[in-house]
Amino acid sequence: MKSVIDILDLSVEEIEELIHTACDIIARPEAYQEACRHKKLATLFFEPSTRTRLSFEAAMYELGGNVLSVSSGSSSSAAKGESVADTAKTVSCYADIIAMRHPNEGAPYVASLNASVPVINAGDGGHNHPTQTLADLLTIYREKGRFDHLTVGFCGDLKFGRTVHSLINALSRYEGIEIVLISPEELKLPSYVKKDVLERNGIPYRQTTSLLEPMPDLDILYMTRVQKERFFNEEDYLRLKDSYILDLKKLETAREDLSIMHPLPRVNEISVAVDADPRACYFKQVLNGKYMRMALILKLLKEAEQG
Amino acid sequence: MNIDSIQNGVVIDHITAGRGMRIYTLLGLDELDCSVALIKNAISNKMGKKDIIKIDADIPVSFDVIGYVDPGATVNFIKDGHLVQKRRIEMPERLVNVIRCKNPRCISMVEQELDQVFRLTDREQNIYRCIYCETKASAV
Repeated sequence: MKSVIDILDLSVEEIEELIHTACDIIARPEAYQEACRHKKLATLFFEPSTRTRLSFEAAMYELGGNVLSVSSGSSSSAAKGESVADTAKTVSCYADIIAMRHPNEGAPYVASLNASVPVINAGDGGHNHPTQTLADLLTIYREKGRFDHLTVGFCGDLKFGRTVHSLINALSRYEGIEIVLISPEELKLPSYVKKDVLERNGIPYRQTTSLLEPMPDLDILYMTRVQKERFFNEEDYLRLKDSYILDLKKLETAREDLSIMHPLPRVNEISVAVDADPRACYFKQVLNGKYMRMALILKLLKEAEQG
Repeated sequence: MNIDSIQNGVVIDHITAGRGMRIYTLLGLDELDCSVALIKNAISNKMGKKDIIKIDADIPVSFDVIGYVDPGATVNFIKDGHLVQKRRIEMPERLVNVIRCKNPRCISMVEQELDQVFRLTDREQNIYRCIYCETKASAV
């Protein structure tokens, strides 16, 4: 039973297949309206998340399927102490596929070991969020037409930002990628990601504390939010949250074809004035996320049917 | 210093000096009723100094524990005073319930029934990572 817990659970070829399906869905949405008729997606969200849950549910509805939803850990059997393993076994009796978000890292993996239906990790703590990475990849593909020979800047919280780690992992499999890491000292990319991903794959990278300095070199600028829930104390959060704010002035030296991305929600790290700039792609990312989730649900259900 | 040779049991030899106690603890040898000798800093021609553990009973020992703490150690099985099997231990690919994940956000911290499983991700650097959250195991 194929589940997707980590973006690396998908090969380069499988990601290309998903991109191809997503583009076909965009071109011919009517052809997919009944594709998941009589199928049920269970969205098990044990941590607050509006957009990811809505995106999964919208994806399933647009495929003609149905949705069973648990939107809060406190209102579920998890609050009574049920294990993730038992929850996964139980929900497998009701649903054809599961999307799970959980505050504990590794919970969706435990679910995938126990479920008899495919499990999609919809975010586990600060660990993985593969469908966000799929949304990012489709956005890059639609904006740039390729995944290779790109200079990608990551800005903000590179320490706790799981979307950053996953996207770096995914991009490290392509030729000619250069990475620029823009963050304050306290929120630098963890050394294991640098060593195990960038250095192991021979990806050139540099680190800087300046958002302005690398701006002219970038094909893509991936902004991130400094997330309050990833900090153990509020003092550190308040000190660092406004470190890097992107506004039109900072974009003056940027390329005309720069793509500005952000996994959303933003707090104030991108000025609202940037939204009208044609280089802003972050709301397109949201839409692309739905298409990629549709493609992924289709693929996993098809493979589950084929056994 | 002399420790009597054993008739039936297990001798863990060629332990890097200083690691014997960790192996002793992780194998739970303190819970055994039989004689157990932990010899620290024994003189070794090959290693200079080494630790040795002698267990005076034919008990199963976890090669995973020994391989995790000190790959290169040897395990000798003694029967009727004779060496019947000698095994050089290598780093195991997986460690099950040998060490615990220290990441407070890991699912294995919350759900106590889950096995604590670590996977060898870098043989050269001796790095194990939790299979659930991928946190690196702390150094031996």
